[in-house]
Amino acid sequence: MHAAVITFPGTNREGDVARALKQAGAKVTHAWHADYELPKGTDLVVLPGGFAYGDYMRTGAIAARAHIMDAVRAHAAKGGYVLGICNGFQVACEAGLLPGILMRNAGLKFVCRMQHLRVERNDTAFTNAYTAGDIIKVCIAHGEGNYICDDETLKRLEGEARVGFRYCDAAGDITKENPNGSLNAIAGIYSENLRVLGMMPHPENLIETLVGGTDGKGLFASLGKAA
Amino acid sequence: MFLKNEPEITPELVKAHGLKPEEYDRFVALIGRTPTITELGIVSAMWNEHCSYKSSKIHLKTLPTKGKRVVYGPGENAGVVDIGDGMVVAFKMESHNHPSYIEPYQGATTGVGGILRDVFTMGARPIACLNALRFGEPDHPKTRHLVSGVVAGIGGYGNSFGVPTVAGQVGFHPRYNGNILVNAMAVGVAKREMIFTSKATGVGMPIVYLGSKTGRDGIHGATMASAEFDDKSEEKRPTVQVGDPFAEKLLLEACLEIMAKGCVIAIQDMGAAGLTCSAVEMGAKGDLGIELDLDKVPCREEGMSAYEMMLSESQERMLMVLHPHKEAEARAIFVKWGLDFAVIGHTTDTLRFVIKHGGDVKADLPIKELGDEAPEYDRPWSEPKKRFAIRKGDVPAPISNAEALLKLLGSPDLCSKRWVWEQYDHLILGNTVQQPGGDAAVIRIEDGPKGLATTCDVTPRYVEADPFEGGKQAVAECWRNLCAVGAEPIALTDNLNFGNPERPEIMGQFVMAIRGIGEAARRLDFPVVSGNVSLYNETNGQGILPTPTIGGVGLLEDVTKSASLAFKNVGDAIVLIGETKGWLGASAYLATICGHEEGAPPPVDLDHEFHHGIIVRQLIERGMVTAVHDLSDGGLAIGLAEMAMAGNLGAMIQDFDPEMPKNALFFGEDQARYLVTCDGSTAAQIEHHLNEAGVPAKFIGVVGGNTLNLPGEAPILVDELKSAHENWLPGFMAQAAE
Repeated sequence: MHAAVITFPGTNREGDVARALKQAGAKVTHAWHADYELPKGTDLVVLPGGFAYGDYMRTGAIAARAHIMDAVRAHAAKGGYVLGICNGFQVACEAGLLPGILMRNAGLKFVCRMQHLRVERNDTAFTNAYTAGDIIKVCIAHGEGNYICDDETLKRLEGEARVGFRYCDAAGDITKENPNGSLNAIAGIYSENLRVLGMMPHPENLIETLVGGTDGKGLFASLGKAA
Repeated sequence: MFLKNEPEITPELVKAHGLKPEEYDRFVALIGRTPTITELGIVSAMWNEHCSYKSSKIHLKTLPTKGKRVVYGPGENAGVVDIGDGMVVAFKMESHNHPSYIEPYQGATTGVGGILRDVFTMGARPIACLNALRFGEPDHPKTRHLVSGVVAGIGGYGNSFGVPTVAGQVGFHPRYNGNILVNAMAVGVAKREMIFTSKATGVGMPIVYLGSKTGRDGIHGATMASAEFDDKSEEKRPTVQVGDPFAEKLLLEACLEIMAKGCVIAIQDMGAAGLTCSAVEMGAKGDLGIELDLDKVPCREEGMSAYEMMLSESQERMLMVLHPHKEAEARAIFVKWGLDFAVIGHTTDTLRFVIKHGGDVKADLPIKELGDEAPEYDRPWSEPKKRFAIRKGDVPAPISNAEALLKLLGSPDLCSKRWVWEQYDHLILGNTVQQPGGDAAVIRIEDGPKGLATTCDVTPRYVEADPFEGGKQAVAECWRNLCAVGAEPIALTDNLNFGNPERPEIMGQFVMAIRGIGEAARRLDFPVVSGNVSLYNETNGQGILPTPTIGGVGLLEDVTKSASLAFKNVGDAIVLIGETKGWLGASAYLATICGHEEGAPPPVDLDHEFHHGIIVRQLIERGMVTAVHDLSDGGLAIGLAEMAMAGNLGAMIQDFDPEMPKNALFFGEDQARYLVTCDGSTAAQIEHHLNEAGVPAKFIGVVGGNTLNLPGEAPILVDELKSAHENWLPGFMAQAAE
């Protein structure tokens, strides 16, 4: 697995996700927003967390128009893997790689805390190391993670089982502990071909017992095996 | 030489610049003529309290600043301490009190931005932020608005910049009603040989302006910070700067990149009094003159005067002395990050600070004297009145001790601050081993095995009651919190927040608190490596509680061995280390339950602190204890409750001193105490070992169940403790603002 981690000005979790990818055995290259091409041999593009372009205008809106994003869209169109985490999810939505948009949290405040998620399916390249229905504990850290889309899109996402993760409590109840007001407690969604995943939570920060736990490791272990 | 004098310098204009008539006369004598308006602006910035430390300098000199690990003490942007293996840690704390009261969001963001810049200017990458916040009483109509704005501002900056905010303090008291405190601390790490300072070297070297453009924001911010407040303070809103964490993140990356490429001779951030302070400091430290051409300064607005440019406090800017042959390389890095890079002057051998603008010389001043000849005052001070010690038997118990515990746990000062720290990204960088809510935060350094512990502490109640003991206690508690997680305390930074130093009783608080801090820092081998003084924290003549915040950093050789406060196992024995005398004077119990803030604070025996701390660290290192917690505000009962809540386990406590009134036993705030838990079978051994070493240690109970059982009290469900602890702050903040 060769992962290209994109750095936009204002990206700040690129090191965290690179650490998780390397731990899972992936080769990691860093790519710059102003580049026109992805590193040769890229299997997976990672759009990391942060505040690309200061989140000015709208989160992800300016980053979605960076030069490198044309290459990322072309990579996705060819069936390449793309993982957008937090700000990366916002960028992916703005870039047209995923439907819908992330709005300001319902509580209007930035929220950083441990959060349980329900793994909705485990037959994708991102989740095959989990079991469907697993309840995992990872962290969230965002001010704008409130997933919204139109009814039609929501119906499609649900109908095609493209919701990757939902917020839930420790017992797996998705009607509890929705941290930001997302529709249907959506924490992450897939593209139609299940090769683009956008998610608000940070599995990359939960890869060690010493630092909070290891429930995020499964995602990178899955990707490590994918290519 | 032609010095065009725009407005005439009148006594009113001098006064409006915060200069006393005798200070102005001193300046005129120094330069031998009437200053220009630009020069008046420059000297007012250099000689105000905030930049010159004129009231505090002679006392600050008494603090211990040396130690075997200290690389740079006070006088640099941040203190630098060696942590072995070629690595150093740089850290400092600084206040942004007045701006945060006037404009809480921007005041707090620029406070965080300023302190982060202090750390990365030294070449260190920030790895943790902390903050100590003091607000007025909860019922005051502005408190909710200020809490909400300050917390959002701190989060807004740190979260975007990408550094975890891992620890802090939040307190409330009516004495902060018109003057809140926002003290921000940043901690960074670097390779020892990659540390940079502001000392310029070499004549004719280019001076480069880096970062964001200069605007009219923050002009005279430092002068405002050195004035008392009154009812019209909010009219000063335009003097508050606006923070841009995005620009700062870019500046961080660009600065570290040019440093790594060897482009930098000296570097200084533009903080208080912006271009003026940074340029003077670089020249004066290097025994060099500086000449600046303001036509080259990147400006955000048109038509800015030399006066405005020299005093602007626009944020996210740096000044650097560049290796001349590295200009192209350095410029390319800044262009890549989309930041301004402009050569605006050069160093000279004249020891003059020369400012040119539009072809005119706007200022020509002796550079060394601007700093060295600043007025220095030995202000008159009066010895604070001693308070009587309150006898424990004289403190009534108006409610049951179980009720008192729940009330204290849910009081504004002792309640959970989760509402605050969940708005801060405390997990970014993936190295937060212990998050907010414990005695000290623990951060792994890179991939380990080393780690840093960090905390900030002060008990303003104690300092008010006895500035000397209170100053000692602030240092001792900080040191104790670091020991409680198993770290070796290595150095501290102090942020001294006091009222108007021109009043002898306030100056007395300041002098005695510094003596207390110095005494404790010497005895505990805990040197002061950086700090900040914030005076004139008064509104309409009412001073704040004296609040010398102490920020400490400790080193863990093996971060996997840090201790935490949560009860871990059913059946673990609970051992109380240190002597319990039931000291209720100036306690949280007396204030919250009895409604009196009186009596002398608990005395701090520094020998006891030292020995108890060392032995607790040994217990942790040898893996003999399962949980550790220091005892402070609210005493034993609060300590037990915090351990129970964190571990979701109850405890059965025995009556280990039947003679003592129970409220004194549970809530007394005797110092130098820790609670530890250990395997039940080793408790007697630990007790014996500690008593042999002359450290009082007593088995007091056992971990288990879902209730906390204090002797003579009805059992309290751990869930009930939690709801009392967790509910106050969110409930308070949810009430509709007036």
